[in-house]
Amino acid sequence: MSRMRTPSALAGLLLVLVTLVLAVIGPWLWGAEAERFDPLHTLQGHSPEHPLGTDDGGRDLLARTLAATRQSVWLAVLATLITTAAGVPLGALPSVLGPRAARFTSGLIDSLVAFPVLLLAMFAALLAGAGARGAVVGIGVAAVPGLARLTRTLADTVAASDYVAAARVLGAGRSAILVRHVLPNIAEPLILTITANLGYALLGLATLSLLGLGVQPPDYDWGRLLHDTLPRVYVDPEVVAGPALAVALAGTGFALLGESLARASARVPVAPVAPSAPSAPRGESRTVLPPGCGPLPEAPEAVLEVRDLTVSFGGVTPVREVSFSVAPGELVGIVGESGSGKSLTALAVGGLVPHPGTVAGRVLLGGRPLAELTRRELGTRLAMVFQDPMAALNPALRVGSQLAEVATAHLGASRGQARKRAVERLGRVRLPDPEAQARRYPHEFSGGMRQRAVIAMGLMGEPELIVADEPTTALDVTVQKRVLELLAEVNETTGAAGLLISHDLAVVSQHCGRVLVMYAGRIVEELPSSELRRARHPYTRALVAASPDLETDRSRPLATIPGRQPASAEVPAGCAFAPRCARALERCRTDRPEPVDGLACWNPETA
Amino acid sequence: MFLLRRATRFALSLVLVVLASFAMLHLIPGDPVRAALGPTAPREAVEQRRAELGLDRPWPEQLRTYLGKVATGDFGESFLSRQPAGQVVADRFPATVQLVVVTVALALLVAVPLGMAMAARTHGGRGRRSELAFTSVTGGLSVIPEFLLAVAMIALFGVVLRWLPVAGKDGAASFVMPVLALAAGPTALLARLVRMETLRELSSDYVRLARAKRLPAVRLYLVHLLPNSLTATLTTGGLVLTSLLGGSVVVEYVFQWPGLGGTTVEAIAGKDYALAQAAILVYGAVSLTVVFLVDLALGLLDPRSRPRMLG
Repeated sequence: MSRMRTPSALAGLLLVLVTLVLAVIGPWLWGAEAERFDPLHTLQGHSPEHPLGTDDGGRDLLARTLAATRQSVWLAVLATLITTAAGVPLGALPSVLGPRAARFTSGLIDSLVAFPVLLLAMFAALLAGAGARGAVVGIGVAAVPGLARLTRTLADTVAASDYVAAARVLGAGRSAILVRHVLPNIAEPLILTITANLGYALLGLATLSLLGLGVQPPDYDWGRLLHDTLPRVYVDPEVVAGPALAVALAGTGFALLGESLARASARVPVAPVAPSAPSAPRGESRTVLPPGCGPLPEAPEAVLEVRDLTVSFGGVTPVREVSFSVAPGELVGIVGESGSGKSLTALAVGGLVPHPGTVAGRVLLGGRPLAELTRRELGTRLAMVFQDPMAALNPALRVGSQLAEVATAHLGASRGQARKRAVERLGRVRLPDPEAQARRYPHEFSGGMRQRAVIAMGLMGEPELIVADEPTTALDVTVQKRVLELLAEVNETTGAAGLLISHDLAVVSQHCGRVLVMYAGRIVEELPSSELRRARHPYTRALVAASPDLETDRSRPLATIPGRQPASAEVPAGCAFAPRCARALERCRTDRPEPVDGLACWNPETA
Repeated sequence: MFLLRRATRFALSLVLVVLASFAMLHLIPGDPVRAALGPTAPREAVEQRRAELGLDRPWPEQLRTYLGKVATGDFGESFLSRQPAGQVVADRFPATVQLVVVTVALALLVAVPLGMAMAARTHGGRGRRSELAFTSVTGGLSVIPEFLLAVAMIALFGVVLRWLPVAGKDGAASFVMPVLALAAGPTALLARLVRMETLRELSSDYVRLARAKRLPAVRLYLVHLLPNSLTATLTTGGLVLTSLLGGSVVVEYVFQWPGLGGTTVEAIAGKDYALAQAAILVYGAVSLTVVFLVDLALGLLDPRSRPRMLG
């Protein structure tokens, strides 16, 4: 079991095993010694015969501690049985009852959870009388609300799943669903939680006994031993060591084992983008210049100049040797299927590739490498717009202040100036009544308004380049159109260049002058949008054929591209598109075509 | 709507606590007065006491009297000392409040910056060793019960090193050990929570956009992340606060802190039911109030729920 490898789970397992062995053999081995009175050696500290000293009857405290294991564990088991017998049914009830009764039960569980466990336990112990029985009932009952709530939460998750919905459609009753579908699926996390509860019961019982409300003499558990020895801690601190350590080790053992396993089983393993490289640099990914890469001939007027950009995560390289440039005022589109590396290209242009990604090649903004630009320059000269405007604005802050902070952080503006600028920019993206909008929170905005606000945020500085990564994918079609028009307008009026990333060829071709087509991490063709219908790369052709427009013949099925794009870990040696390409030659499968005149293809379409 | 629902639940829970404290005397198996006075007490004394407490009347009438008395702050007389139970509680409770408030302040002051710093250090799979150290230490601390820390500290700092007073409440030094013993677990739990929440927020889109804006790290963490991660943290934090009340009972007992906890333990052990009743009533009401206030604070903090709350 791989999840046993966490140190806390291992430590817990070890402690639990030792405790259980001691619980079995403890009374046999040390029971007699623990009960043997010795009136001549009462209340002693450490000595060779009695390493932990003796109690008021001269009985050896080490032997008593070891012999008390069985009693302590046994009472904890009883208390946990009570918790389980009451908590699991109570938590499962809401999924069996009708909606009204379910809501009532849930409310009851929630109110009970609000009470401190120890107070519930003391209340129960008070009713049952101070003693082992009262303590067990008290600790057992006190943990019921917690377990009930966990059971309910787990049951809710399962009840919301598709297979339960299917069973319900098929006419299965609530109880049948609970027994057949819900309980088996939540059994594992429940059992682990109950294991952890055993630990907490052990600690709780020890607490009650320590307070004198639990086990009463002549019986003894660890808590009772602590209760008896505690007043002597000021003279002989070693006398409390035995029971204190025993409680600590056993209690935390069960708790650690249960908790760490429960966490491991509840967590959906989140696979990292790629296994981290052994020498992945820390912090923000840095730009590495490839060796022997001299100054490249670059168009001096280019706002953005990308040369041999390669982004890799460990052994996986989703972006490979991408080169392109964007002139001032130009709007360039990047299209490709998801997984083609277009979004990572956008992130690399923004210097935002997440850890542990590494970026090689060069990205020049206004002729200077990104790494050389100050934070202030990056913050004002470069604007980014991301796909989901619902998530891109901070829900806890007013829209106006999210805009204004750009001016205060980078332009040295006062709060008032920054605010004025924010309102003015919100007006520029055509938000009605910008003064009022600035005071609102993002949740009060519609999706289109949020995306406008994000664009306005980019305009807070004096952007030379706006990188928009699927800016309209999450929006309604009508809103999409207006946001795109706004981007085009901003591009026109401010002279800022734009890089528009989209999977939608229609979107890109309508607004951008030039289109870069990406496939499996590489640019396969670069062409003016007006030339798209005469594209030479078979992949571009296929993309054009697959995106319908008004002239598409509706009587024929829409063209699709057979096969799928290779994942970035399994890109073949030759042309990555070759396996799906009707025009592929033998050469395409072995030699990779280098881009020549904006086309990387061995056998391009001719007409 | 939100406010109304929360207030209703709060009121219902309070009623539940009052009813439970009333029912307590009646649920005790046998005769509570006999139990309190002991088996050797003369029958007449028991009968007289029962009459004094009104236990000989029918229970609906008792309930009415009880509710009336609780409403006017009359919690009856301690069985043992014959002092008004309300007075005893009022004398002892401030020391408990002081202990808990200092503990909460310390826990928040340590846990929030620590959790955020650990999140910043470990997000995106970096700093594996720091992560392991953090989760192991906080995992261990969060399950070790207060009284063990208390006993260990007494032995080390009080008896062996003699740095700190071992018991009682006398000046700032006497707060150190009780507060540390009480704060360790909640601090560890909260720090874990803050880290998890911050990690979740760090991978969100708005943080990416904030990074794209190249905001200074201080602004990114304090202005953008903190409000969002704190909401979820406080939800569980409220429960941590109430569990502190329970933990304080034990810590007070071990350090002989002159608070309500020790009194409650003595009352239960000595079968002083009136005093126990009053103490449980106070603890219950305080826990519920804390949870209610945290709920309200959350509603106010989160702009999304604000209009619903007021409207």
